Amino acid sequence: MTYDLAVIGAGPAGASATIEAAKAGLDTVLIDEQRAAGGQVWRAKGPAIKAAPATPEGKTGDRLRAALAAVTADRHFSARVWDIERHTDGFRISAISPTGALTIETRAVLLAGGAQERVFAVPGWTLPGVIGLGAATALMKEQLVLPGNRVIVAGVGPLLSFVAHEIIRNGGKVAAVVDLNPLSVWLRCLPDLIGSPGLLVRGAWWRLRLWAAGVAYFHECGIRSIEGDRAVSRVTIGAVDANWCPLGAATQTYDADAVCLGHGLAPATEASRLLGADHQYDGGQGGWKPVTDDVGRTTVPGLFVAGDGAGVQGAAAAQLQGRISALAIAEDLGLLTTREWRRRSAPLILRIGKAQRFGRAMTALTIPRPGLIEAIAPDTLVCRCEGLSRHDIEAEIRAGANWPNAIKSGTRCGMGPCGGRYCTETVTELACRITGKTPGEFGIPTARPPLRPVPIGCLSGEFDYDDLPIPPPAPL
Amino acid sequence: MSQAFDIAVVGGGILGCATALRLAEGGMNAIVIEKSDLGQGASGVNAGTLSLQIKRVKLMPYALRGWAKWQAMGAAIGFHQTGGISLAFNQREADLLQERMTMKAEAGAPITLISGRDARAREPGLSDRVVAASWCPQDGHANSSLTGQYYRHQLRDARIAIREHCPVTKIDQTDRGFVLHGYGETIHARRLLLACGGWLKGVAALLGVDLPVRARVNTVSVTERGPRIMNTVVGHATGLLTMKQKTNGTVLIGGGWQGRGSPMNGRGLVDRDTLIPNLCLAQYAVPEIARLRVLRSWTGFEAHVPDFNPLAGALPGTKNAFVLGCVRGGYTIGPYISELMGDLILGRDPEMPLFDPSRPFDIETATRRIL
Ligand SMILES: Cc1cc2nc3c(=O)[nH]c(=O)nc-3n(C[C@H](O)[C@H](O)[C@H](O)COP(=O)(O)OP(=O)(O)OC[C@H]3O[C@@H](n4cnc5c(N)ncnc54)[C@H](O)[C@@H]3O)c2cc1C
Ligand SMILES: Cc1cc2nc3c(=O)[nH]c(=O)nc-3n(C[C@H](O)[C@H](O)[C@H](O)COP(=O)(O)OP(=O)(O)OC[C@H]3O[C@@H](n4cnc5c(N)ncnc54)[C@H](O)[C@@H]3O)c2cc1C
Repeated sequence: MTYDLAVIGAGPAGASATIEAAKAGLDTVLIDEQRAAGGQVWRAKGPAIKAAPATPEGKTGDRLRAALAAVTADRHFSARVWDIERHTDGFRISAISPTGALTIETRAVLLAGGAQERVFAVPGWTLPGVIGLGAATALMKEQLVLPGNRVIVAGVGPLLSFVAHEIIRNGGKVAAVVDLNPLSVWLRCLPDLIGSPGLLVRGAWWRLRLWAAGVAYFHECGIRSIEGDRAVSRVTIGAVDANWCPLGAATQTYDADAVCLGHGLAPATEASRLLGADHQYDGGQGGWKPVTDDVGRTTVPGLFVAGDGAGVQGAAAAQLQGRISALAIAEDLGLLTTREWRRRSAPLILRIGKAQRFGRAMTALTIPRPGLIEAIAPDTLVCRCEGLSRHDIEAEIRAGANWPNAIKSGTRCGMGPCGGRYCTETVTELACRITGKTPGEFGIPTARPPLRPVPIGCLSGEFDYDDLPIPPPAPL
Repeated sequence: MSQAFDIAVVGGGILGCATALRLAEGGMNAIVIEKSDLGQGASGVNAGTLSLQIKRVKLMPYALRGWAKWQAMGAAIGFHQTGGISLAFNQREADLLQERMTMKAEAGAPITLISGRDARAREPGLSDRVVAASWCPQDGHANSSLTGQYYRHQLRDARIAIREHCPVTKIDQTDRGFVLHGYGETIHARRLLLACGGWLKGVAALLGVDLPVRARVNTVSVTERGPRIMNTVVGHATGLLTMKQKTNGTVLIGGGWQGRGSPMNGRGLVDRDTLIPNLCLAQYAVPEIARLRVLRSWTGFEAHVPDFNPLAGALPGTKNAFVLGCVRGGYTIGPYISELMGDLILGRDPEMPLFDPSRPFDIETATRRIL
């Protein structure tokens, strides 16, 4: 059977889109590699902690899951999409699920795969005990596990105070929060935030709680080094200037057994790049993102994208975007009249502006600045999968490898299991600094399947040798 | 007018770069023009197999000499001589193996036929379903990812001009030679060598020449690092598998299974319907790889003409223009045939015969043969 729509990702964008699409009469299938809907922000509690008290994020997630359960749409959880191919009359999606290989044929695809964490290297960041800010939220939401007993929370963006707040709420200790930005940037974006008072109040509440708990929150500060024999034991911080470049001598050293480090989020674009959609660089939305119109249509016919994967704008915008895209797809496929599309989408379009202003203001706080690179020592590992230092990569660039694919081929940078998720941004900034290119000119390495690493045995499944379509031998 | 080069080489793959080096050695002032980065075409994405067992009989003498060049390049391009085993899983394949390998041995490759049990003695990870095999101690591999890096250094040391990210989109012929246009650049050269791999047909068309070149879309996959499970290059009687575990523990799986797309529109795409049987075949040969995760599968364009022999000589009907491409097993053979090509352009006598691009092609039989 061929679906009208396959939605990949059941976060705020994908789950909301599925609900809207099902209501509009589309034969819809939803696929997510997590056990339940909710995505990153409203991640469901894991089976081990079901009895833990509900959080605001958990409750919102529960409401979304309930609404999703009430509509008619096929859904596959714990199913990892590893390939999407475009054929003349639609798409073929390949996934690995607990019950084996899954193939889904569909007329349209909505990519709602969200964002990925951006972590720039600092000296010592590869020590055990250092995790991403986003990974820390996942650990606490799904398993109630604390990142450590005495944690430094460092980097930029709104996740800093959320993560620190959650550590304290769950009984942990935060040694310090280290924010590259001055307090004034928060005040400057206030006008964009007051349109979403609920979110603003929550953010202010986290800060208040941190203050009440006596947690030191340093603005205009960055990590100088993370040290320890086998794992994190000491973290040294120091002041930074407006470009986030280290300023003066280091100021303070903390004993700590964990560091939560993050520098914002970037749209997860592997799938849209694999399908050949045009992309553009927009630092204000997390970097490379697919080119889309207002409703999430990409340059590939039948391919839509919504949520953080279309440019990082946060959960509130993602939900609305998902719904608007679903309606637009219904109209494209002839299941809604233009009039009906207008009627249903108008109230959503009216609301999305405020949500987007808020989300973009948050993302703007995390636009990389030159100091992120200044803080990386020559021998600091940039590509942890392949063990490549800043020096290794710069040497390759200076030898004339000026573009992403050339650097990758020559050094293996990004060829490991992370598929470049953790090094691409740093390499881009290093290369731009040397070559004078902008990130948009520099480009991004080619995307290829599988979208996630998959064991060969899962792909081969059970097969009969005699059934393998082995072509005739090569010419002699 | 800007400086005129003695020769402009269009295409920065192995064939273009290695020929440019030979020409510079012979005293010519050369420029290599590449539409993307050096060594990002077939030369940088191929499976890196330097195996004689998968070389064509007619090209074996060239393959043997090419192999020696790779051996001399050594660590800079990740050369490893590991020996290679080709497998047959049933009688039909055993017969095929015997016929093919006997001819290749007669052409000079040190290949011997061995039993399934001998094969497993050499390569304990092989499945016990192997009924017959062939062995070549000279087989091995190099790291094709390093092609661009290697030749970039070589060209620089030889003071050969390089233009990367400069696709040639227009070529004018003048009485003094050629004017090449691409990406805001105008390059003058007295001679021209087209070495643009899968893109040859389109680029030759810029000069009004129709070459019967087609491109195959070969697929290669790589796994994560794993414990050592194999030491040799493992192949198949049909030639449709090449597999080896690199020193870093990753396993590279190829064999020429066909993806989708064409050089004229983008990069080519992996096709799940050929990728999966390719991986099944690999797993059938070495069952242990089932546990390894595939990190990436990709495709590259391999050019060929109807008789599957190289194009290496004067470009038909165009004075002072040459073409080099469509070399089956061109990674292995490339460094050698490029020297012959360089010698031809320098007016020297090549040590081995080249392959005249003006020869007649029987397009119809060839089509039947690939189907
Ligand atoms: C690690 C991380 C932690 C975050 N934590 C917070 C937070 O605590 N608070 C906050 O306000 N914002 C947080 N964010 C930002 C937040 O994710 C977004 O603003 C919001 O969730 C975006 O919604 P979305 O629907 O676009 O994507 P997401 O919520 O990220 O949903 C994407 C979904 O797609 C699925 N998916 C992706 N690729 C595949 C595939 N190949 N196969 C199958 N399924 C796939 C994922 O499993 C996921 O469930 C976090 C982001 C990240 C990356
Ligand atoms: C996936 C794959 C696996 C293979 N495996 C093996 C193997 O294991 N062993 C083996 O011996 N051989 C193998 N081969 C064959 C071998 O890789 C090729 O024969 C060889 O690399 C061809 O070299 P080339 O220089 O002719 O082509 P290429 O390396 O493709 O170089 C041609 C260059 O021309 C450039 N170009 C094209 N158009 C223009 C333009 N208009 N302007 C400027 N530049 C242009 C391209 O960008 C490209 O870089 C394989 C091939 C493929 C595709």
